[in-house]
Amino acid sequence: MLRYTVKRLGSLLASLVVASLVIFACIEVVPGDPASFMLGINAQPDTVAALREELGLNRAPHERYIAWVGGLMTGDFGTSYTYRSPVSEIVVERLAISLPLAIYALSLTILVAFPVGILAATRRGSLTDISVMATTQLGIAIPNFWFALLMVLIFAVNLRWFSAGGFPGWDEGIPAAIKALTLPAIALALPQASILARVMRSSLLDTLSEDYIRTARAKGLTGRQALRRHALRNALIPVLTIIGLQFSFLLAGAIIIENVFFLPGLGRLVFQAISQRDLIVVESVVMLLVFAVIIVNFLVDLAYAWVDPRLRSRA
Amino acid sequence: MIKIQQSATAFALLALTAGGAWAAKADVTIGMQLEPPHLDPTSAAAGAIDQALYSNVFEGLTRFGPDGSVGPGLAESWEISADGTMYTFNLREGVKFHDGTDFEATDVVFSLDRARAEDSANAQKALFSGIKSVEAIDPTTVVVTLNAPQGNFLFNMAWGDAVIVAPESIDDIKSNPVGTGAFKFSEWKRGDSITIERNADYWGAAPALEQATFKYISEPTAAFSAMMAGDIDAFYSYPAPENLVQFEADPRFTVLAGNTEGETILAINNKMEPFGDVRVRKAVSMAIDRQAIIDGAMFGYGTPIGTHFAPHHPDYVDLTGNAPHDPEGAKALLAEAGYPDGFETTLKLPPPSYARRGGEIIAAQLRDVGIEAEISNLEWAQWLEQVFRGYDYGLTIVSHTEPMDIGIYARPTYYFQYDNPEFQALITALSVENDPATRTEMLQEAQRIISEDYVNGFLFQLALTSVVDARLDGIWPDAPTQAVDLTGVSWTE
Repeated sequence: MLRYTVKRLGSLLASLVVASLVIFACIEVVPGDPASFMLGINAQPDTVAALREELGLNRAPHERYIAWVGGLMTGDFGTSYTYRSPVSEIVVERLAISLPLAIYALSLTILVAFPVGILAATRRGSLTDISVMATTQLGIAIPNFWFALLMVLIFAVNLRWFSAGGFPGWDEGIPAAIKALTLPAIALALPQASILARVMRSSLLDTLSEDYIRTARAKGLTGRQALRRHALRNALIPVLTIIGLQFSFLLAGAIIIENVFFLPGLGRLVFQAISQRDLIVVESVVMLLVFAVIIVNFLVDLAYAWVDPRLRSRA
Repeated sequence: MIKIQQSATAFALLALTAGGAWAAKADVTIGMQLEPPHLDPTSAAAGAIDQALYSNVFEGLTRFGPDGSVGPGLAESWEISADGTMYTFNLREGVKFHDGTDFEATDVVFSLDRARAEDSANAQKALFSGIKSVEAIDPTTVVVTLNAPQGNFLFNMAWGDAVIVAPESIDDIKSNPVGTGAFKFSEWKRGDSITIERNADYWGAAPALEQATFKYISEPTAAFSAMMAGDIDAFYSYPAPENLVQFEADPRFTVLAGNTEGETILAINNKMEPFGDVRVRKAVSMAIDRQAIIDGAMFGYGTPIGTHFAPHHPDYVDLTGNAPHDPEGAKALLAEAGYPDGFETTLKLPPPSYARRGGEIIAAQLRDVGIEAEISNLEWAQWLEQVFRGYDYGLTIVSHTEPMDIGIYARPTYYFQYDNPEFQALITALSVENDPATRTEMLQEAQRIISEDYVNGFLFQLALTSVVDARLDGIWPDAPTQAVDLTGVSWTE
């Protein structure tokens, strides 16, 4: 297990270095000057020049790269050009929404997908199975922003059970915050749950037809016992892979849903930062997301080994 | 110029409204599209900063009224020397900053000196360029000496970029603005909302509202839902004109349709061939059907203009007749200029919907006279780079939102590159003219010159449409400057 872990850690570090170079290079070639953007078109050239100097935009690219990476390593993400406050502070504020939202949506996804997937697999070909397949097909097909708008119309505009959007902040109490995240989490979870349920079903169908299940049944286990002890555990590997991908996606890819519900999350931060040419924020947040994705994949790799001991010895 | 801007109710307040506490309601939640990048109005171009803080939190020596007139602010009165170069401001007594310190003449000296300093980050530094010196005579008297007489100095001092800030609060101003206004800054939930509350020590009439929250909602559909769900009491400058009919029909809401200072123009690169020829520029202007653009792109909101001047201004001259919609006449002019088969050019559009929607219509209208305008959609940052600084464009559409900005036509390097010495001389003379009647004459002459030179295609004055709870009173229908002044806002029930 140790060798396996060390090997994974090595590839993790290599990915981070490559990612930082790619991100920095991409940002370098983006046209548009942050200083002139901030000052608008009535500003005098000397004002713009003064601001460029203040923001450190006049330094050579390699100097800025080294300063940036050096800062990242010591936890200093730099200062946002537009907001003029530390990037780390802004990111933490945004994570206070994006992270709980991603976890909330993923929990809903798993809570729905597991039972549904298992049910469909164990009753293959039945009416239940067919309706699960049809519903999940629909869940994948429906654009989630449209579904979100529909929910807003029903639950906020007509029934007034929820606010149309916004986030009160955690200091207003956990129930209020959870409530504000509920519609967005459902909107995010719908397609993910549909995908995961289908993966769960097909993966379980594969393992259920394996010889070892027949053996388990032959040695006297009931269908349910065989499912729990043997089939499920083996079916989990592809499911875990998907969950890992989904979590990364939910963390960074909720931008459309964040816009529909005007939630100040990470996705919207990056989006705004790009259009405002707040390059330092873009760089740092994208790097952070890369880091998160890599960490999640690393954890998923470890989880494989946990559910499947064969992987440990192979490594 | 264009203000480039970036992008929750206090939920406790929502609970209040739900509780049916109408009689005691003294808070308001106003939806807005663009969030300020930071809270210092004196060091950024973002109009969103002024919208939230101008007059509410920060005040200047003079201030704009709802109709755009300039009245006393922190200066109670002033005397102007006979030669027009010395302004003696008598400041109000007993004014305190929100941090409890006294407002004094030295604060005025600090603020104006900071704005005009060499390393100043003021986006409107030109407003202060005519100042020679600022001196505090005693705690309530400031003398500003100008290099030359300046006809619109009091007007300049009313801008959000010229508000008075306290030296001791300047380090934190971007996150904790301290002013002298009727409201003090309370909280900024970044990405979500800004809350201000009544300043108990205000020198003037106390506002009716105890608390106000600006909630930032950038998506038009979300703005609609939030308004309909009652999450917000008003949406200032409502972003989706297509929904306005629905709000108008709903007795719960009032739609305010007012004016802005935004002259929306089809800017022409005067130095790029074939636009150097005035006949070509005139042909472009005549190809345009202004009303069709207003109806098609702005859902009928907007006033046609024939020059770069706000139609609600008393000195405005209606020059729309200089370029009536006449495709045949435009073709004839193009033929005369040597382009009987038209020509190709570029039409570069920044993000606002007036530009994107208007651009499609204008491209079609130009095609009718033989001009093929290739549309490209740009982000603001790209637009600044390519169009504004790079002069790399044929045509573009922009709303110039600064009040009284006809002077930009006197800058030959400004992005449309109009270079007319006669006009430049007129603007120079205007800037030192103090006599109101002569000023009016000169302003009207300036309007005529650029209209008859067909510098740009003058389209329409951008309208301001806000959706407001029918019981809410006192929101300014017009935007003489970028401000959502809440000092006079109250609930009628």
